[in-house]
Amino acid sequence: MIFTIAIRELKNLFLSPLAWAILAVLQLIMAYLFLSQLDTFLSLQPRLAGIEGAPGVTDIIVAPVLQTVGFLLLVVAPALTMRVFSDERRNRTLTLLLSAPVSMTDIVLGKFLGVALFFILLLLMLAAMPLSLYAGTTLDAGKLAAGLLGLALLLSAFAAIGVFMSSLTEQPVIAAISTFGLLLLLWIVDWSGGARQEVTGLFHYLSLQTHLQSFLKGVFSTRDLIYYLLLIALFLILTIRRLDQQRLTG
Amino acid sequence: MDSKILISVEQLYRYYGHHPAVEGISFELAQGEVLGFLGPNGAGKSTTMQMISGNLAPSGGRIRINGRDLLDDPRRAKAEIGYLPEQPPVYRDLTVDEYLDYCARLHRVSKGQRGQAVKRAKQRCGLEQVSRRLIGNLSKGFQQRVGIAQAILHNPAIVILDEPTVGLDPNQIREIRALIRELGESHGIILSTHILPEVQATCTRVQIIHQGRLVFAESMQHLEQRLASHVLLLETRETPDPAALHKVPGIDRVEMLGAHRARLHFTDDNPADAVAACVAAHAWGLRELALDRQTLEQVFVDLTCSDAARPDEDAA
Repeated sequence: MIFTIAIRELKNLFLSPLAWAILAVLQLIMAYLFLSQLDTFLSLQPRLAGIEGAPGVTDIIVAPVLQTVGFLLLVVAPALTMRVFSDERRNRTLTLLLSAPVSMTDIVLGKFLGVALFFILLLLMLAAMPLSLYAGTTLDAGKLAAGLLGLALLLSAFAAIGVFMSSLTEQPVIAAISTFGLLLLLWIVDWSGGARQEVTGLFHYLSLQTHLQSFLKGVFSTRDLIYYLLLIALFLILTIRRLDQQRLTG
Repeated sequence: MDSKILISVEQLYRYYGHHPAVEGISFELAQGEVLGFLGPNGAGKSTTMQMISGNLAPSGGRIRINGRDLLDDPRRAKAEIGYLPEQPPVYRDLTVDEYLDYCARLHRVSKGQRGQAVKRAKQRCGLEQVSRRLIGNLSKGFQQRVGIAQAILHNPAIVILDEPTVGLDPNQIREIRALIRELGESHGIILSTHILPEVQATCTRVQIIHQGRLVFAESMQHLEQRLASHVLLLETRETPDPAALHKVPGIDRVEMLGAHRARLHFTDDNPADAVAACVAAHAWGLRELALDRQTLEQVFVDLTCSDAARPDEDAA
């Protein structure tokens, strides 16, 4: 049942021109960035060749590209998740799901999975560019895989937060802006330098970005994995609670 | 007839904040019944239907669907229900076929039967010609029909229709009413509407709800009997003599309404023939002799208008 809803959600995304536009624009921007990064690498290559243990092509091209993908999607993801529940409520189509023999958990997981699948598709398309480097050189496959996994987790977290924000309001634009606000806050939360040690530590842990960094360095640590999984679970549970509570208060 | 009880609602309450929308409604619905739900705007009809379909949680009371508690076992209880809300829950970006297929999946219609179920629902609601059109491009009437198709698609035991004939043209209304009657033979149906003749045409039982309470609940048969008239209206060219009319067997009381009109009250059999003979014998010149029917509309108005002028009539 979850998959039925997920597939429908995914197809719905592709029914709107918005998804296609986002795919096209991101692909274009990332292609430009990728090429300029490639250019940088080519100009640096003669000097790097002389240094022992110098950063390789994966560090110079792939990691920054994936990092930028993460940040760009922070801006774009809210536009994709804003409609998930707010549109259903505004058009009164949520009734269809609520009166069908499916649980609230199925509905929320289905919606989340639909959006997450879209993000993964997007990621695969963007990953095609670094993968094309295999034509001329070899990449550090481990680092690349860790980076893609980290990015997939990050995007899933975006999806969970976006789905929750969308369940709060009937206005898609408000959902989009509040999603963007929360994501950005979670991205920059560790920028405050002056605070006390333990507070900085907490902010550092909360930041979406720091956990992505270690994945991009090729470090696969359960600490970062659990951070993303917790974040996703938290917002999905909040969404389920929110929708259940809406049935009570009307 | 010992038919199965499909819905039993006990002491249902629902508050919006402090405002009570539904106060202590109890009723039952058996298989083969079409229950007409009447009431003025804001009386609590839609709220009650939303609660039975599981879209709203009741503040108090119990709803049992086919013996299963809606709150304890929502999944299996909901599987027995087809629900058309006031506004049909259709996705405007999908074609009719895509939409109905999705609905069938949501209601766990097995893969083998899905195509058949969609086809039958389309046939019953007259949607075959628009299968491949986008729902958003269809007229209001067709969208309404898609909504009805969605409600009966999985062949549920109970069909709940909230104002199903809104936005339809007279021909479509007749088709939908025929469909409701047909469905009513094997299913249990709850129908809410503002159109009183619709209730008389399709329902086997009537409930009137007013300010959150049930104020009237009777079977159509009883209602017909109650509405059966015991008054004849007589109009003549000459002025009739009340004493002579009173002597007609069966007439209990004669009430003159001006010089040429009279109301004749009777109890048992309709004495119209005797009255006509009496009028003819006195050469008063018969112009009209008719039963003074009380309609459902009068019952409705009597029950719901008495305190309609209350200032807190903002129930939504």
